[in-house]
Amino acid sequence: MQRMSVELPPIANPETHPGASGAPECDGRLAELSGVHKRYGSTVALDGLDLHVSRGELLAVLGPNGAGKTTTISLLLGLQKPDTGTAMLFGRSPQALESRREIGVMMQEVALAPELRVREHIDLVASYYANPLTPQAAMELTHTCALADRPYGKLSGGQKRQAQFTIAICGRPKLLFLDEPTVGLDVQAREMMWSTVRRLVNDGAAVVLTTHYLEEAEALADRVAVLAKGRVIASGSVTEIRASVVRTRIRCCTSVAAEEVAEWPGVTDAGIDQNRLHITAINAEAVLRRLLAADPDLGELEVRRAGLAEVFTELTKDEA
Amino acid sequence: MMDGSTRLLRTYLAEAKYESLRTLRMPAFGIPFLALPVSLYLLLAVLLFGDAIRGDPHGAVYMFTGFSVMGVMGPGMFGFGVLVALEREQGLLALKRALPMPPMAYLLAKMLMAMLFVAIVMATMMLAAPLLGHVTLSAIAFLKIAAITILGALPFCAIGLFIGTRTSGKAAPAVTNLLYLAMIYLSGFLIPLPKGVQWIALASPAFYLDQLALSAAGAPSHGTTVMHVIVLAGVTLLLTSIAVRRLARVG
Repeated sequence: MQRMSVELPPIANPETHPGASGAPECDGRLAELSGVHKRYGSTVALDGLDLHVSRGELLAVLGPNGAGKTTTISLLLGLQKPDTGTAMLFGRSPQALESRREIGVMMQEVALAPELRVREHIDLVASYYANPLTPQAAMELTHTCALADRPYGKLSGGQKRQAQFTIAICGRPKLLFLDEPTVGLDVQAREMMWSTVRRLVNDGAAVVLTTHYLEEAEALADRVAVLAKGRVIASGSVTEIRASVVRTRIRCCTSVAAEEVAEWPGVTDAGIDQNRLHITAINAEAVLRRLLAADPDLGELEVRRAGLAEVFTELTKDEA
Repeated sequence: MMDGSTRLLRTYLAEAKYESLRTLRMPAFGIPFLALPVSLYLLLAVLLFGDAIRGDPHGAVYMFTGFSVMGVMGPGMFGFGVLVALEREQGLLALKRALPMPPMAYLLAKMLMAMLFVAIVMATMMLAAPLLGHVTLSAIAFLKIAAITILGALPFCAIGLFIGTRTSGKAAPAVTNLLYLAMIYLSGFLIPLPKGVQWIALASPAFYLDQLALSAAGAPSHGTTVMHVIVLAGVTLLLTSIAVRRLARVG
């Protein structure tokens, strides 16, 4: 993954660097779920889930609605206990206060006290940590100084997410949980948040990111875990995950009929959209050769590998 | 870097400071609970029944302790009942449980907030009572009543917490109001209950607090101090422990 180099105030914390922690870790694994089952009544939320995140790694947890993402995060945060299996955070129970002193959290649906100002919220949460950033330093890091003295209740949806992100990082966490962090953010604010996340990871922190924006996972993640029906159905780097589903998209302007192309070997899907032929193929080279032979006048040719979004759809189509 | 106990103290203080600050900034909370007890006291005890209590020192004390207890009940019951229910529903409690906040900081902050509100209410009541309410008590008696009422916020915090952990954000104001008004009426400290049903007051913690305040003021009261303290402490411990267990289990 391409790392972005940015000039930001130093956040180096002796406790965020390898070897300086008093917390026990197993093989650099900061958080781990092993063989976890969790049911709500008759609904199976997690069905033997194994997942871990290691130091300096950004893990994106993806999955369709109801896949078990929220339950997974709740178990790692100690908000719930597994029915069977184990949940560990820094080598201890996630419910131990010592474990949680190492984490920062940004939740998706949370209403902070609207009467308090952003600076006050940060000051309060920073008081939970041993060696936090000052509110000013935290806001400089996340480019939110302009929000400092505004009551939280008066912020826009995107500004609230920025304030919550600042709160999440103010304790200099070794492990940061980000649940849909960029919902409601404009492009510029999203890029700023991404650059801060990259900076934290560069400084040795680990991040667990849950997101519906697959381009976000593609831009940030070292590793992706795809969940469906309470299990991890695919795990690896973005490149590995893409390679697991070999699909190429071809688009062109041609007189060859879509119905004909759909019958060719290696073609999984073909159709017409906006006067262009759209083909999804497994062996793109052979399909392209045949296509060019069939129509010498073919024009406006575009070929691209499947993005994470298409891979995700392919992986989860039978599981959702 | 701070040592553990300094950090813990800083966390408790920050939590209490910001809980109080946000509640004081909430007009819907601050105005009724800070201004209502003394306003009603001035309206009823001074304007409407001023002549009647001028020659009745015990009557003046009854009015003073009655409205004081009413002022004690509100911040605890609503500060916990409504705010805890809302904060549970809106995910704030889950966030705080996920963050490294010491488990008791949340509850202690709200208790201190309620006690601060009661201290402000009692300051206004103790200013109005001797000046306008014909209450003639020694400074020691006033201080005793202040201490009793400030600590007396705790059982009402526990009742509020119990409601807040069991009702939705929408239902909590109605449930809390219902219990608040019922308790004011059934304790008989503002409006005397009919003779045949006066025993109902024994079921209301507000009755015991009122009796403690009356006893501290040297006015006739029912029961013993020990019994009142046991009932109030029992309500506090029982309801708080049930609610805390529920919060730890289901949030």
